[in-house]
Amino acid sequence: MTSLTHLDRLEAESIHIMREVAATCENPVMLYSVGKDSAVMLHLALKAFAPSRLPFPLMHVDTGWKFREMIEYRDALAERLGLELIVWQNQQGLKDGVGPFTHGSAVHTDIMKTQALKQGLDHHGFDAAFGGARRDEEKSRAKERVFSFRSAQHRWDPKNQRPELWNIYNTQVAKGESMRVFPLSNWTELDIWQYIYKEEIPLPGLYLAAARPVVERDGTLIMVDDDRMPLEDGEVPEQRMVRFRTLGCYPLTGAVESEATTLPEVIQEMLLTTSSERQGRVIDSDAGASMEAKKQEGYF
Amino acid sequence: MTYTPDAQIADDILGYLDTHENKTLLRFLTCGSVDDGKSTLIGRLLYDTKMIYEDQLAAVERDSKRVGTTGDAPDLALLVDGLAAEREQGITIDVAYRFFSTEKRKFIVADTPGHEQYTRNMATGASTADVAIILIDARYGIQTQTRRHAYIASLLGIRHVVVAVNKMDLVDWSEDVFDRIEIGFRKFAGVLDFADIVCIPMSALTGDNVTEAGDTTPWYDGPALLDYLETVDVADRGDERPFRLPVQWVNRPDLNFRGFAGTVASGRIAPGDEIISIPSGKRSHVKRIVLGDDDLDEARQHQAVTLVLADEIDSSRGDLICDVANPAEQSDQFQARLIWMAEAPLLPGRQYRLKTGNRTVGASVSTLKHKVDVNDFSQKPAKVLELNEVGVGNISLSAAIAFDPYKDNRRTGSFVLIDRQTNETVGAGMLDFSLRRAANVVWQDLKIGRMERADLKNQQPAVLWFTGLSGSGKSTIANLVEQRLYDLGRHTVILDGDNVRHGLNKDLGFTDADRVENIRRVSETAKLMADAGLIALVSFISPFRSERQIARAMMPEGEFIEIHVDTPLAVAEARDVKGLYAKARAGEIKNFTGIDSAYEPPVDPEIRVNTVETSAEEAAERIVAYLDARGLLEGPSFHGGL
Repeated sequence: MTSLTHLDRLEAESIHIMREVAATCENPVMLYSVGKDSAVMLHLALKAFAPSRLPFPLMHVDTGWKFREMIEYRDALAERLGLELIVWQNQQGLKDGVGPFTHGSAVHTDIMKTQALKQGLDHHGFDAAFGGARRDEEKSRAKERVFSFRSAQHRWDPKNQRPELWNIYNTQVAKGESMRVFPLSNWTELDIWQYIYKEEIPLPGLYLAAARPVVERDGTLIMVDDDRMPLEDGEVPEQRMVRFRTLGCYPLTGAVESEATTLPEVIQEMLLTTSSERQGRVIDSDAGASMEAKKQEGYF
Repeated sequence: MTYTPDAQIADDILGYLDTHENKTLLRFLTCGSVDDGKSTLIGRLLYDTKMIYEDQLAAVERDSKRVGTTGDAPDLALLVDGLAAEREQGITIDVAYRFFSTEKRKFIVADTPGHEQYTRNMATGASTADVAIILIDARYGIQTQTRRHAYIASLLGIRHVVVAVNKMDLVDWSEDVFDRIEIGFRKFAGVLDFADIVCIPMSALTGDNVTEAGDTTPWYDGPALLDYLETVDVADRGDERPFRLPVQWVNRPDLNFRGFAGTVASGRIAPGDEIISIPSGKRSHVKRIVLGDDDLDEARQHQAVTLVLADEIDSSRGDLICDVANPAEQSDQFQARLIWMAEAPLLPGRQYRLKTGNRTVGASVSTLKHKVDVNDFSQKPAKVLELNEVGVGNISLSAAIAFDPYKDNRRTGSFVLIDRQTNETVGAGMLDFSLRRAANVVWQDLKIGRMERADLKNQQPAVLWFTGLSGSGKSTIANLVEQRLYDLGRHTVILDGDNVRHGLNKDLGFTDADRVENIRRVSETAKLMADAGLIALVSFISPFRSERQIARAMMPEGEFIEIHVDTPLAVAEARDVKGLYAKARAGEIKNFTGIDSAYEPPVDPEIRVNTVETSAEEAAERIVAYLDARGLLEGPSFHGGL
């Protein structure tokens, strides 16, 4: 018999991490963002606990500005798999009409995503939350633990992380404190795509190229997903073949022009492309260490 | 052999995906000191294997002009610099994980800093690595830290070592320089248990012998670094060793399915194979191996699966499912090698939580045998283990665990220690061998129990634990309470700090380690007294919360009564009945509680006595009234009950 492949090893490691949480944490949750990393994480969880149902709920922090197709996809998926899905929204933010066009991306993201996430975790008293972040995404993530300890205020202290040896994870927390758990820590973007291809994991269609109505702003292609998007003078949405490399709030997620309508074609384009994944996210384009600052505040 | 996948990606993406689906995984560790060029080496590997996108490279080029050290060329070290704090200081302060891959393998690199916190960080990185790359600056040869890195790699069970003799360009690619370093390394590493050592002359800066052989070293006929990493066989026959599956989670969706989920620590298993579950000793056969919706023909080392057994045997998290012909041992007393990772030192006798891959039990280090100087491998006597120190000690567990010696199995022979108060991971350890077979030590089945003894005295046992500063009035109040209980016809005993130190504990001093041991002995003694049916009054400063917690945990619920004799330091010092505070202030007594040693007041004691507002007599009355109200002064009303 041939050796285990790298995907076998990554899969086993992720499953081990998820089972450890299920066995030792009192009230875990899986943060589900509808994107490809979440799809892989969910697939792994289903594998880890089969034939049992997932021993924890999923929670989607819905900013109210996600692509419509994401929401449809999410609800259909939860229905089909019989998942316990919590959709959390910052009610105060909704009431105040917070959005990226009126308040800017930074305020919108902080209130509708970061604050909403903390609210949701606090409201349900979750002591462990799975996230799909990977160490290869950004330099400050390279040093984050698989089990990342958060204070009762959800703060991350990069100077005071618990050592993680072997596959032994310290899951002890005091009341009010919690862990963020990253079962995909050691996966790269290519690993994710390859695993999706190998396991035939379903994804929202937004990852594949299709004719979609877009406008170009500051060099970024923004899809006009609904009529809340104010068009500037002379701006006319035009149909272009585009796809998305990451999924988030539609006004904050740049599309890329592409003819890739199949998964292998998407992977092909990804491999031949010359810029890294996070570049499409508006949130990262500040100073180099901004992700670290955001994480200390509780952003995933 | 520069890695050029672009053509295949463009022409034959499906072929490319097939190739890359079948890669294996190698985890390795890089260790080197500041300026050995470690970050540059990793940056070079990422760069040469095309793991760097243009925008990342552009950022590095931009940064290179600002803080780089390589002139006009991009400073590849900047590719792997992570946290803001270290970017400012230009040093690496924590383990970072990097990823790259070639057609043959995916690599996970644990990048560990070479100076401060080196032992803790390097041990962390080494614990999951199969290969260690030890960097040596060709100009300076073998340094103290080279020995340290080799020792820690060996301690954590790494069997394959690459000695990367870097910066060869700065010594004109001299064969002599390289040979001297190689001979020197092999000489001292002879005592370390490496399966193979490969020395490679290279320059991370120019790339020679990193990803491909350079023409600068015609005298060298070994592999380039990447060649070696792509081909080294690190399996160490893990699949062939005895089967072990630590049960992590029991999968029981309904009455028709009962599976034991875990990650195979070693060996392989197939349906039909006979297994034994430790500690129960129950045997069965594997009926199915489940992963997701699939049934597997076989499971092997590293796979996370769910085993369904032919018989309904009772197994739960913490158990170890083993090959029936070769089961693991179990024990509650071990010799272990320990690495300390916390600011507060390891104190023998203090209770920690010990966590293995699938189990958490109480543990303490009963004896610290010696510590090891990681620079010259020498053994030194030690009473405590400080941050980043390595030592050998005996550990004692609250329950027996199934295990293998670490040298035989890294997964079933390893553990971490967790502080009970802070929940921090404070240490890591590797089990060497059992000090006894716990299975052979059975608790004596006593016919006369504690309730029977107490019954005969017509009372209920209890421990009254008086804690407080020196001179707070503990002994005075305890004596008054005992007098009152005596008058009520109760059988009592007093354990007093000063008196016990003249006898039972006369070998102990006042260091933190000795204080912990002092309290441990007193706790055990108090428990024996209570087991004898007595009401034990313990009058000890007992400054540490965790030790009092342990004493409490020894006693049945409700029988441990913590009494905080709460006297402000200024008041106790002003009283200074024994003249000790004056001596402590004068520096004649070291480690004096309240002066140069901490007192941790109880958070939630059963009784708190304020001796400023309350007289000793009133305090004693209150304590007796409390006992009365809790029914502790009555005889056992139901025989064998409570």
